[in-house]
Amino acid sequence: MHPAATIDTNRFGAEAINLKNAQVQKLVMILLGIMATVLVIPVVMIVITLIQRGGPAISWAFLTTFPSNGMTAGGIFPALLGTVWLVAISLLASVPLGVAAAIYLSEYAPQDHWLTRVINLATINLAGVPSIVHALFGLGAFVAFFHLGTSILAASLTLAVMTLPVVIVASWESLQSVPQAFREACWNMGATRWQTIWHVVLPNALTGILTGIILQVSRAAGETAPIMFTGAAFFLPHLPSGVMDQTMALALHLFTISTQVPGVPDEIPFGVALVLFGIVLVVNTFSIWLRMYLRSKKKW
Amino acid sequence: MTNVNNQENIAIRTVNLNLWYGSFQALFDVNLAIKQGIITSMIGPSGCGKSTVLRSVDRINERLGYVRIDGAIQVLDKNVYDADVDLAQLRKQVGMVFQRPNPLPISIFDNIIFGHRIHRSPEQKISRSEEEAIVEAALRRVLLWDKVKDKLKRKATLDLSLEERQKLCIARLLPVKPAVLLMDEPCSALDPKGTSAVEELIWELRGEYTILLVTHNMAQARRASDECVFMLMGRVMEHSKTDDMFVTPAKRETADYIEGRYG
Repeated sequence: MHPAATIDTNRFGAEAINLKNAQVQKLVMILLGIMATVLVIPVVMIVITLIQRGGPAISWAFLTTFPSNGMTAGGIFPALLGTVWLVAISLLASVPLGVAAAIYLSEYAPQDHWLTRVINLATINLAGVPSIVHALFGLGAFVAFFHLGTSILAASLTLAVMTLPVVIVASWESLQSVPQAFREACWNMGATRWQTIWHVVLPNALTGILTGIILQVSRAAGETAPIMFTGAAFFLPHLPSGVMDQTMALALHLFTISTQVPGVPDEIPFGVALVLFGIVLVVNTFSIWLRMYLRSKKKW
Repeated sequence: MTNVNNQENIAIRTVNLNLWYGSFQALFDVNLAIKQGIITSMIGPSGCGKSTVLRSVDRINERLGYVRIDGAIQVLDKNVYDADVDLAQLRKQVGMVFQRPNPLPISIFDNIIFGHRIHRSPEQKISRSEEEAIVEAALRRVLLWDKVKDKLKRKATLDLSLEERQKLCIARLLPVKPAVLLMDEPCSALDPKGTSAVEELIWELRGEYTILLVTHNMAQARRASDECVFMLMGRVMEHSKTDDMFVTPAKRETADYIEGRYG
């Protein structure tokens, strides 16, 4: 064949099969795109509903005063403060324990040992336990067995048990993401495991560990069941004076005024929900921002 | 490169070394005598056991858990598999350089002083200026000082070239005064320019340290070593002066490998 004979034809032109493949590809992309977008809809609807119906209730006084008239008016101050108490103390308990466990599992535990497998299994199962079961466990263990009574301490410890597996898994994952080459470099210079962990592994895993912990704030703040039997009260006329007192909490307060108290004006429960949602949103956003900020500083 | 060593002191001696990964035997009766103060290269096809020998000397192999060893490895006349050997002390005196440069994600300064810091007792006070002197000496030794002296506080993992990182990884071994440097294909991640720079450095360190260099690069073995060990299928086939091995190999297998008939 002479080269001149083919000079005007496009040797890369599409054939029927190519056109069909291209159509299928486009269709699939659009379908998947729609599905991905659908998940935004509930979030947007929740935000709009909460702001529309709960927005009018929000004011400085709402956040800083006690409920009044049998919880049909007034603010949410004791519940807000109680939630802060519960979250703070539960993290105080679960973070040291969880991070220590994760360090052991990631850096010390022999991979094929039966104890490692048992701990891993326990962690996974603990993460899957429904929160109402945690509540009953907390009631039996902390309130009754350890004689803590229904108190902030008992409720916080119950929340701690609930958040513990996630703290462990998040910490473990971020420890594992530290390149093995760093550890080998240290070991080959004669550093002990602990020196390696302290000087190299932990500083580089801190971002992920922090993020995992912060995400537990929103989870602990939102849970109702675990604190219901263990330390949170429907209504208290005064603030708790210590960790052995009961407290109000936002999530339980929302449940109470929505279902147990007649004649509560609509905007109050929606206002409570908005505050709770706002806390979660702020905490999560902060955590994502922190992760991105620290990641941008971390290069290897 | 001739008559490089008049001293016949042996820095590393393996005695009937057999090694198994699980049920797979990787080393068969390896008897090596690596002389002090010179560069000995180890060549051989992938899987021949040369890296395994290297990793047995500083006992980093054990971390795998399923490694079983029979025989002895004497470093400076002490069997490193004796019960009274402390791994930290062993690794202080036997430094390892890896294939991929792996500086720690801390500053250049901290990288160099890291080994020194972990090996000194808390009572042993050392001033900042003493530390600075140690770091400077180590960096000068690897010909890196002029390039990095203005960015000692910068993270070592940020803006050093691979060649500079590898030099840094060699430099950080020096402050604890090792006797032996093990190098596991130290140039295989580098470009030709970096390779020759690091080779020059290795040559520069010769005499002061006993260097055991595993390499895939036969030209490198030829250029940068005094003696050469050829391994095949977990056995030492030949160990002789590098010049002799490349000119008149004693074994048929060595000749085949050097000429590239397998590898």
